[in-house]
Amino acid sequence: MIAIIDYGAGNLRSVKNALDCLQVDSRITNKATDILKADRLILPGDGSFGFMMDSLRKNKLEAPIKKSIQNGKPFLGICLGLQALFEESEENSNVKGFCIFKGKVVRFRKGKVPQIGWNNIISKKKGIFRDGYVYFVNSYYVVPEDRSIVATTTDYYGNFVSSIKQDNITAMQFHPEKSGDFGIELLRRWLKC
Amino acid sequence: MLAKRIIPCLDVKDGKVIKGKNFVNLEYAGDPVELARRYNDDNADELVFLDITASYENRKIMIEIVKEVAKQLFIPFTVGGGINSIEDIRELLNAGADKVSINTAAVKNPVLIKEASEKFGSQCIVVAIDVKKENSGWKVYIKGGKETASLDALEWAKKVEKLGAGEILLTSIDRDGTKKGYDLKLTKLISESVSIPVIASGGAGDLTSLSDVFNKGKADAALAASIFHYNKYSVSEVKNYLKTNNVEVRR
Repeated sequence: MIAIIDYGAGNLRSVKNALDCLQVDSRITNKATDILKADRLILPGDGSFGFMMDSLRKNKLEAPIKKSIQNGKPFLGICLGLQALFEESEENSNVKGFCIFKGKVVRFRKGKVPQIGWNNIISKKKGIFRDGYVYFVNSYYVVPEDRSIVATTTDYYGNFVSSIKQDNITAMQFHPEKSGDFGIELLRRWLKC
Repeated sequence: MLAKRIIPCLDVKDGKVIKGKNFVNLEYAGDPVELARRYNDDNADELVFLDITASYENRKIMIEIVKEVAKQLFIPFTVGGGINSIEDIRELLNAGADKVSINTAAVKNPVLIKEASEKFGSQCIVVAIDVKKENSGWKVYIKGGKETASLDALEWAKKVEKLGAGEILLTSIDRDGTKKGYDLKLTKLISESVSIPVIASGGAGDLTSLSDVFNKGKADAALAASIFHYNKYSVSEVKNYLKTNNVEVRR
């Protein structure tokens, strides 16, 4: 079973619909026991960095998520679910992230913000990712200290990191569940890795 | 680079897609879920559903359509029409809509934009602005173009951005359904005055009208209905044309 982590915001239904379409068993949940029991975790995200981290902590979900990741359980972060893995965000500088990776989350300095629409990902790692158009809605992006985790980059008035991959952790700034057939293919390959 | 978006719009009445001209003279054009799938297969970047009757009974039909579309399609879609409250928004988002478009209620109660964007995130709050050209400038209309809001379009656009809108859906009532081309002056004015994306609407006609709305009108996305419903062009044809006219599109 795949646990889709519910922290009280975001359109979780679309992630669930995409997994249903791929015929895999999933459950939207805010229970620690489900997270620990699940074969895989997905942390989707909409809203603000501060709201997400506060709700995850209030619902006592930080520890089970981190424990699962440390134990090698496949984890997929989407949008804010990617940003959560880092230390802090310019969006709410007084709130700590999971600090699994060193680095910050920063705001776009150029162009219209948020970036809304389809942009290209350029793959830097073999496996899950390919080059192609995916759907983004973001005002912030991650700047990892360790560049070896970068899986794709994207150009929005300059290149930014649009996904990362290290061992059992995969995370995407864009929404694979809203990126048409190409996005569904990314999810299918994640399910196999 | 971020691609310019092509967004087919489905006006829904009693669960069926219809199309009018200058906001009146409605004709039947097809089944919403079926049309949505066709556009998805044809590379549409997003879809917009406008519930143009939006009575309580029709709201329930719309919710069922939204659920069905969300199960079958994996591109973003927006639902608008008759949205008055945080509860209305929640219901549509829970059914699977990615964004909601607010029009009359935003004018009558601007605080709704602020509350909704704080609650659900700016990314899912689209403010629709219907505009008519008058001697004194571009004026905002509400209730499907029937009533003046006594607001200047540019001032209102800036205000909705400040209140937290994530995008503006800008419709020229004068051009709606006429196929005479988008109002380029209006689109450019608004798009260059706000820092959120502007979706141009009203007037999509021949292929030049679409390259113009991006190259001259500076729109971030273009919405069209009749040209797609009646198979004048496919979405792919439009995109191929745009590509050869220096507009970045997803294909």
